[in-house]
Amino acid sequence: MEANAEVQVPTRKPDNRNRTSLLRKFYGQRYLQVMALLGVAWMLLFHYAPMYGIVIAFKEYIGIGEIKNAPWAGWGHFQAIFEDEMMLKVIRNTLGISLLKLIIGFPIPILFALFLNELRSLRFNRIVQTITYLPHFLSWVILGGILISWLSDVGVVNDVLMGLGLIKEPIFYLSEPQYFWGIVIASDIWKEFGWSAIIYIAAIASISPELYEAATIDGAGRFQRMRYVTVPCIKGTISILFILSVGSILNSNFDQILVLKNQVNESMSSVIDIYVYEIGIKQGRFSYSAAVGLVKGVIALFLLLLANSFSKRMNQSSLF
Amino acid sequence: MFTRDRRTRGDVLFDRLNVVMMLIICFVTLYPIWYVLVNSFNDGTDAMTRGLIYWIPRKFSLENYEIVFSNAGIMTAMGVTVAKTLIGTVIHVFFTAMVAYALSRRELLFRKGYMIMGTITLFFSAPLIPNYLWLRDLGLLDTFGVYIYPAMFSFFDLIIFLTFFREIPDGLEEAAKIDGANDFSIFVRIVLPVSLPVVATISLFHGVWQWNDYFVGVLYTNSDSLQPIQTFLYRVIAQSSSNQIVGATGGAINRTVTSQSIKLATMVITTVPIIVAYPFLQRYFVKGLMIGSLKG
Repeated sequence: MEANAEVQVPTRKPDNRNRTSLLRKFYGQRYLQVMALLGVAWMLLFHYAPMYGIVIAFKEYIGIGEIKNAPWAGWGHFQAIFEDEMMLKVIRNTLGISLLKLIIGFPIPILFALFLNELRSLRFNRIVQTITYLPHFLSWVILGGILISWLSDVGVVNDVLMGLGLIKEPIFYLSEPQYFWGIVIASDIWKEFGWSAIIYIAAIASISPELYEAATIDGAGRFQRMRYVTVPCIKGTISILFILSVGSILNSNFDQILVLKNQVNESMSSVIDIYVYEIGIKQGRFSYSAAVGLVKGVIALFLLLLANSFSKRMNQSSLF
Repeated sequence: MFTRDRRTRGDVLFDRLNVVMMLIICFVTLYPIWYVLVNSFNDGTDAMTRGLIYWIPRKFSLENYEIVFSNAGIMTAMGVTVAKTLIGTVIHVFFTAMVAYALSRRELLFRKGYMIMGTITLFFSAPLIPNYLWLRDLGLLDTFGVYIYPAMFSFFDLIIFLTFFREIPDGLEEAAKIDGANDFSIFVRIVLPVSLPVVATISLFHGVWQWNDYFVGVLYTNSDSLQPIQTFLYRVIAQSSSNQIVGATGGAINRTVTSQSIKLATMVITTVPIIVAYPFLQRYFVKGLMIGSLKG
């Protein structure tokens, strides 16, 4: 590590000699520097440069010509957000879907991991894992396609329900807004519960068997071992993941909802990300939709920081 | 996990119920996929006129697939997906690993600054519209490059590479250095070959993303010759622009296919590569997830 030795040279030398040694060192690692700087260049070009475009939220930009020539609009677009009637619905849908997903969807992988752990056959355990991870790798286009065909008036769901005599007329599930949240939440759980359980499965696997043996000797039954050994041991994992999902509550599942939404169920399916996309790209209201996107971004960042500091205080474990 | 000597009657009952519950879960997970497969191998008009098919094809037919494979539009879209997945993944992995290797070397000047710059990208990014406008100004709209360049680097993946590269013993690199190799050739000739597990993990991560993503195609491309298969399916399924599929049937009314049966066959061929790669996916994804979560 010759280069490291150089760093420790006392820095009391005259300034220009210091600079030449820095330059020499830089030249000595020129290959490394080029490799790193290519990454920096990518970040500047594809990550930092587009941020300049955020200024259109404060301008009247209609999509043609250069952004810098567009007239300033001040806070006009942000004020417009408060007068936009659609915004109320959009916020309600975003929070409603996310909160329900959290309340219903969060405990399921934990329960699944707990019961999976109780299986006596390790081989069967593996098989169940392999099967339940699979939907995670399929795209929402495919799963959305299956859902749309199943939920149509001549689809599987209506066929089965009518066959059982539970309903008399076929229901157009995706055309009736009141079913939309349920469909989105259920299908999301179906796709991800197995995959989300992985972290818990790993956490449970790392619990020392001695704890269970001790509990058994003390006369603990099945559920007592689950309740007093397994759950306390994975508590830390649970709380970190919970905080993480609270922090990202404004991110509804864009890929999923874009496939499942249509004009008829719009009142229940329009969430912030979808709204930004539709008014921005489809209707060409660039400036207004950039303002909505910016507000969402700022609130989301704030939520994440809040969640992180909360996590730090709760159990000394944080993301950053 | 461990042997339980005394199994009470309650335990036995619990075990049985648990197995039954797991079997039901597996069925619920697999059945929709099975359903698509069965129906894609069934005569389309038969499915439409004689009711739904649940278990095995009622009137076996390969015609759906014949039509899908002979349809130029679908095959072009398939080609775009294969191309963007292969090219995109190779470039993404090589580029991200290269930057990660440079940042893994502690003697790198300004290393801290580079790291801070990268960490910021994890938390702030330009919203959709500014990003769209910027890619438009770069001239990337409606080009194949829009699938590749904006996705060729990810700081999150870099962290995973970094964690791995730190574990490589310094001796390997020192020996090459004495032989006069420069840092780039050390990276290519020594570091990459010993990092195959992490390279495989990131390749699969990115490959699945490239294969499954439909939104880049929806947002940034207009021409049919550039849409990947997922975007094609999105347009057919969600926007019910069935003209594309009807076009695929070639207007042949006397054939035994329906737009629905062709959709299903297209969905199956879109999913087959994922299923084929699945054993690897499962192995390496779990590993990658662990590295990622340890980091986080």
